[in-house]
Amino acid sequence: MTVGGDDKSGGSWAALRDILRHRELLSLLVRRDLKSRYKDSVLGFIWTLVRPLTQLLIYAVVIGKVLGAAKGIPDFAIYVFSGLTVYGLFSEIIGGTTASIVGNAGLIKKVYLPREIFPLASVGSAGFNFVIQFAILLVATIVVGRAPLHAETWYLIPSVLLLLLYGTAFGLLLSAVNVYLRDIQYLVEVVLLLLLWASPIVYSWTMVRDALGHGLALDIYTDNPITLAVLGFQKAMWVGGQGVAHYPDQLLLRMGVAFVIGIVLLFGFQRVFARLQGNFAQVV
Amino acid sequence: MTTDTTTATAAATEDEAPEIVRVRDVSKRFVIRKDNSLKERLVAFGRGRQHREEFWALRHVTIDIRAGHTVALIGHNGSGKSTLLKVIGGIIDPTSGSVARRGRIAALLELGAGFHPDLTGRENVYLNASILGLSRQETEERFDEILGFSGIGDFIDTQVKFYSSGMYVRLAFAVAVHTDPDLLLVDEVLAVGDEAFQRKCLDKIRSFQDEGRTIILVTHNLGQVTELADRAILLNKGEVVYDGEPGGAVTEFRKVLEGRRVLEAEAEAAVQTAKHGPVSVEHGTVVEARAWADGRAVGDPVQPGDDLRIEITLEHETGIEDWKCAIQIDNTLGQPVYGTTTERIGAEVSRLKERQTVAFLLRDARFGAGKYFVNASLMDRAGRHLSDKPQACSFDVPYYPLAIGMVHSVPEVVEPSA
Repeated sequence: MTVGGDDKSGGSWAALRDILRHRELLSLLVRRDLKSRYKDSVLGFIWTLVRPLTQLLIYAVVIGKVLGAAKGIPDFAIYVFSGLTVYGLFSEIIGGTTASIVGNAGLIKKVYLPREIFPLASVGSAGFNFVIQFAILLVATIVVGRAPLHAETWYLIPSVLLLLLYGTAFGLLLSAVNVYLRDIQYLVEVVLLLLLWASPIVYSWTMVRDALGHGLALDIYTDNPITLAVLGFQKAMWVGGQGVAHYPDQLLLRMGVAFVIGIVLLFGFQRVFARLQGNFAQVV
Repeated sequence: MTTDTTTATAAATEDEAPEIVRVRDVSKRFVIRKDNSLKERLVAFGRGRQHREEFWALRHVTIDIRAGHTVALIGHNGSGKSTLLKVIGGIIDPTSGSVARRGRIAALLELGAGFHPDLTGRENVYLNASILGLSRQETEERFDEILGFSGIGDFIDTQVKFYSSGMYVRLAFAVAVHTDPDLLLVDEVLAVGDEAFQRKCLDKIRSFQDEGRTIILVTHNLGQVTELADRAILLNKGEVVYDGEPGGAVTEFRKVLEGRRVLEAEAEAAVQTAKHGPVSVEHGTVVEARAWADGRAVGDPVQPGDDLRIEITLEHETGIEDWKCAIQIDNTLGQPVYGTTTERIGAEVSRLKERQTVAFLLRDARFGAGKYFVNASLMDRAGRHLSDKPQACSFDVPYYPLAIGMVHSVPEVVEPSA
């Protein structure tokens, strides 16, 4: 571990270089997270899928069929599962990162490492779970005969990037603040529950548009970066909606703006993290 | 002896060795919060700072450490030595002042800090080595060496939660010492494992020294300080009170400890007095001690085979019926060589109040060459120390060319018996 003479509270670039030097460790930490999570369970990784599949079942049956939300949304199960998959990525990043510094207290107190490693490792393991769930989604689309092979499949990329960006930015902030105020991790659980319903995941964007009408309220709803990512992801994966579903105008532009704001937030929150991390070892 | 040679080489390289750590006017303040949840904080918000308590763990510490030295940080519990070590390692940032360091640092602050109980030994070796800054390829190259050093054998593929604490620590130490650091920070970790493994650790530390690496160690084992270090820094209440030759630091430290012991004893006596009225504890004093060879003058060298006479003068302010007097002889490294008490010998003691002298006669004493210190203690019946006088007196045993060590015996080479 080279600590060198460099000032740790130095710029974000210095932090980034420090992290890049430790990328091997980063991948080991991700693997540690994944391996240890289901180490002694018989079904192992299958458990990662049980929760989203159960959610899918509840939403598709109860909300789709019983409450009738599925009307006007073709391939409702695929629609819900796309939304859940992409939202799951965000929710797991935020949940994991928030607890990451406190959870690695043993290491933080005893060894100097760039502390950003720990939230980033949580992002990594969330990403891995996302990939597995995404594979299931892909298989499902093929099974129903609507594989996402069309001109708009590339919307996947900005959607996922947007969530990774916002997840990482807020993850850094929350992981650091949680060290000083443990209430954050409970607060985060509640907020994540709310956010699930603040994006068109189990209902459609069209329903919101009809309810709110065109105006500021709809724009505020739509420009939530999670909503943008969910919409983009559905545009890519939910082939059944093509020609039927409505999407906000200039989705890509909105995503672009959100992306730029996200970059600014990431830098800002990294600065906050750098300021707060000086006392991690004694507070955590 | 070892210490002499290391001190000599250290002095020789003093000027040309580059600084590896530079600590400038470092202070560290800790704030202890008594409220940790949002609710508690909101409730306490209006009431200002009564829920915060602060203290300075380090005050204006300035030290330079040059490459190739072994520096011991000593001090009693809470003196700030571990904090200083963490500040040097970059684990905590100082409140004020600056720390500069160069080269690869391995911190052995707690062995196996990065171990995950659910992973196997092998997986943990890779993880821990990576935490300490080794690449995967480097770890692969050293894996057999690490495994060999740890002595874990086939258990390497078992989850570490099934390890005994000894195995755990051995594996962790093996990883740490194979990371090839320029600066090794060691906090109290040499006291682990069985004797054979400790031996191995110390040997490894010695070979580190031999390779010109720098070691900073925190330890309570004063024997280790004089044996391993060529410089010692004594901290008291966050301040550097002595910085220099280990022997001097150890002597100084004993004084600090004795001062604290007296203070604590007085406080304890005050508590006891408040509870049960005046008690006899804590009024005893070891007034003086003298050691000389029977039949020679005080101060003359003690020849092997002489009868060594040690006389301890004691007194007690309020008087005590049942007491004992203990002596312990240490060599210059602070290692105990000999010790006995009046109780062990079975000597009858009478009520102690006025000055009274206990005379020990150590018949046919055969110490090896060197200087020896006598520590004297007055204890009550239960063995509580009423008064200690560390290094109360000393005696010398002349140089003996045929052998070294703490015991004297005449050596010769003879015909093999078979």
